[in-house]
Amino acid sequence: MSNQLQAVAKAPVPIAGEEQQELNQFLTFHVGEELFAIGILDIKEIIEVVDISPVPLTPPFVRGVINLRGRVVPVIDLSVRLDRPATRLTKRSCVVIVEVPGRDGRQCMGMLVDEVKEVLEIADDAMQPAPEFGADIRTDFIDRMGRVDERFIVILSIDHVLSVEELAALSDLQKRARGVAA
Amino acid sequence: MSSDPIQTFLDECGELLAVMEDLLLNVESNADDPEAINTLFRAVHTIKGSSGVFGFEHVVHFTHRVESVMDQVRAGERALDAELAAVLLDCRDHISQLVELAAADPAAALDADLEQHGQALLTALDGGSPATAANAVTTAGVVEATRSGGGAIEGNNWHISLRFHADAFRNGIDPLSFLRYLRTVGEVRDTLTVTDRIRDAQPFDPEDCLLGFEISLQSQANKGEIEEVFAFAQDDCEIVIVPPQSNTGEYLALLDRMPEDELLRLGEMLLGAGALTQRELDQALAAQNTGDQGEGAATRPLGEILVEQNSVAQPVLDGALQKQGKVKAKLQRDAQLIRVDADKLGQLINLVGELVTASAATELLARSEGSLLLQESLAGMNKLVSEIRDNALTLRMVQIGETFSRFRRVVRDLSRELGKSIALEIDGGETELDKTVVESLSDPLMHLVRNAIDHGIEAPAVRAAAGKPEQGTIQLSAYHDSGSIVITITDDGGGLNLDKLRDKAVNRGLIAADVQLSRRELMQLIFAPGLSTKDQATDLSGRGVGMDVVKRNIESARGSVEIDSELGRGTTITIRLPLTLAIIDGFLVGSGNEPYVVPLDNVVECVELQKDDWEVRSGRHYVNLRGTVLPFVRLRELFSLAPHGNAEERENLVVVRHGRELAGLVVDRLEGELQTVIKPLGEMLAGLRVVSGATVMGNGRIAMILDVEELVRAASRGTKALAPALTALQ
Repeated sequence: MSNQLQAVAKAPVPIAGEEQQELNQFLTFHVGEELFAIGILDIKEIIEVVDISPVPLTPPFVRGVINLRGRVVPVIDLSVRLDRPATRLTKRSCVVIVEVPGRDGRQCMGMLVDEVKEVLEIADDAMQPAPEFGADIRTDFIDRMGRVDERFIVILSIDHVLSVEELAALSDLQKRARGVAA
Repeated sequence: MSSDPIQTFLDECGELLAVMEDLLLNVESNADDPEAINTLFRAVHTIKGSSGVFGFEHVVHFTHRVESVMDQVRAGERALDAELAAVLLDCRDHISQLVELAAADPAAALDADLEQHGQALLTALDGGSPATAANAVTTAGVVEATRSGGGAIEGNNWHISLRFHADAFRNGIDPLSFLRYLRTVGEVRDTLTVTDRIRDAQPFDPEDCLLGFEISLQSQANKGEIEEVFAFAQDDCEIVIVPPQSNTGEYLALLDRMPEDELLRLGEMLLGAGALTQRELDQALAAQNTGDQGEGAATRPLGEILVEQNSVAQPVLDGALQKQGKVKAKLQRDAQLIRVDADKLGQLINLVGELVTASAATELLARSEGSLLLQESLAGMNKLVSEIRDNALTLRMVQIGETFSRFRRVVRDLSRELGKSIALEIDGGETELDKTVVESLSDPLMHLVRNAIDHGIEAPAVRAAAGKPEQGTIQLSAYHDSGSIVITITDDGGGLNLDKLRDKAVNRGLIAADVQLSRRELMQLIFAPGLSTKDQATDLSGRGVGMDVVKRNIESARGSVEIDSELGRGTTITIRLPLTLAIIDGFLVGSGNEPYVVPLDNVVECVELQKDDWEVRSGRHYVNLRGTVLPFVRLRELFSLAPHGNAEERENLVVVRHGRELAGLVVDRLEGELQTVIKPLGEMLAGLRVVSGATVMGNGRIAMILDVEELVRAASRGTKALAPALTALQ
């Protein structure tokens, strides 16, 4: 019990840096075997997986909600969102807390990933635009491709992957379906 | 905390006009978007409605015509092309000007330029066809005619007593012309010519006017209007106007309705109620002053003089004095109140919420430490915490009566305008609810009341023909019911014509022509966008906006709205809203491995579920509860939860209630009461229906707060309704 409380209260991993430089800094993490990255400016904090409470009658990409220092924050299973199997929780599983734009200001959301790797700096000239086709994830989910050590990492566009509007519409489907049935 | 309604109105108009401008400027991309056209239409409609409330006639007239055109566009009868958009943009600017003018001085007449500009715009809007314009004129004419021609004349007679001064003829006053003119304000029933002064005149001068008249007049005019008839004779004649007996009641009612936020002088109050004219008041004040000088010390009360002067009847005076006393008392009470910023209260309530959660956590710790002393001291503290919680929540509670009373004016003005006679009854005005909930309620209520006045209550002649009293009644009532506030708007009007409603829905393509709907389902159609049973749109309503907006507003405050109507008998609309959006008493249950909270106010009882007591019939579950059939849902099945440990665990049935409906929730564990701080689930999950929010428990875990309304529905109408979308998603 008290363990859990401490886990929640534990200080988040701070990610500090200097202005311009930060623009080119990216956090890399694993989803299954694949490596993805997001810009560190999108990230509020990273916490270890504690207790995720499931929310009934939601689509599978909604993993549940967590208690973030008294706030209730929804957690998206990134793997499911990218059309992959549901994430199995391990010791290395993490929730990356990000802020995305919503109707009434910015919304806090969690993103369940398998393992957080490192913060990388990727220079502008090592960047390429998202491929038109050939990737097995939706093109609008890809912001850019970054080259690191002769391999490309998909840099995700958080605003699209965690689009509040789209996710809400998906969660809402059941309501609408019910409205028709009623 | 803007308390100036005009300012609020201006702010609202500003926003709506901005929205209009934005949509019109992007017309190329919006021309086919029904939502954009709907929004445009609604903006115009809302401006018209609000202006009507403030009596800004110019705005109402102009926007009414713009709205008519928008309605054609919405119905697909007219295309929203670039040309029309340009005209509408000009109209928007014109509305903006009219609104500003009206807000600055509601009574001001339009200057010629503006008037002409408006006419030009309207002609452009109609595409040169004068048909609509002619139409509007005729409608206005009819309303006017009914008002002045005025149905049956009721009430007793006015009594007017005239004593002309001797010099009247010499001053060019002809008593006969006044008597003739009097006929324009009413019907002279009887005239008695008083000639006693002629008999006594010694010597008799034929140029002296020695006439007096006692006149019995039947008229709907008020005292001021009658006195106006004798305006020119005031200096040459003693005039006493005694109102009919029946007016006493009306004056008293008017006095009673006067706002209580300002202390008025007696004379001002009587003047306001129409029981007294300015001339009579001046006369009485003069008499009071002369009396003053004469006797020095003792000033006679104004009321006494007025009664003696025959200007005011004693009961009216008593009523006014009583009202004055009431206002004084209220103002004194007001002085003991402090105005507090609503945001500060919101912060306080949030903090109290955190305190509740924190104290629950501390209690858990104390229990696991096993220190009795600590537990005891915590029990005392928790009691205080829950008292603080209750007190903090009541800080934000306001009585609904003030919201209700605003409608007195609306009912009075609109019913007059429509030539209807309508009484407003208010019941349960002292019922309290959270300020934030009141705010979400006031707009929908306005729509509903206006609808009731306009469509609900029929014209007096129609009512009489149907064997109903000519005066219609609208009743607003409020009461508390299991953690909700229930507000009903009832009218004894014509009710919904379901056949007509059905035809309209088919015409508008909302339902297929051959679909079978129950009475209840048919009535719910009224909440669909763009539907109205009224054939003729009026200034007030009838275009079928409103009801969909009403439903949406109320649902966004976690409430529900239902309609029940009987053709010829009337309509009742029931709104149910949660009392507060912050902290509730909850009942904690467990199912599978998950905790859930049911609002305690919805819980009727908990019983053990006996294995052989329940059965499944056509996919729905029923349990025999002491001889009655109760539908139920098993949370574990509904939410597809893994069983918790021992599968043979006995199950519990929690009987819950929403409105009049009962249903059972089958859960694995009952954990007891819990002070529940409601946390929103965030925008993404806001559309969820079975779960209305979440709460953080003492141990840091999150429990979902169940939406009893949805669960009761799922239990009685089958869980299948919830399922199809899920399968669609997987």
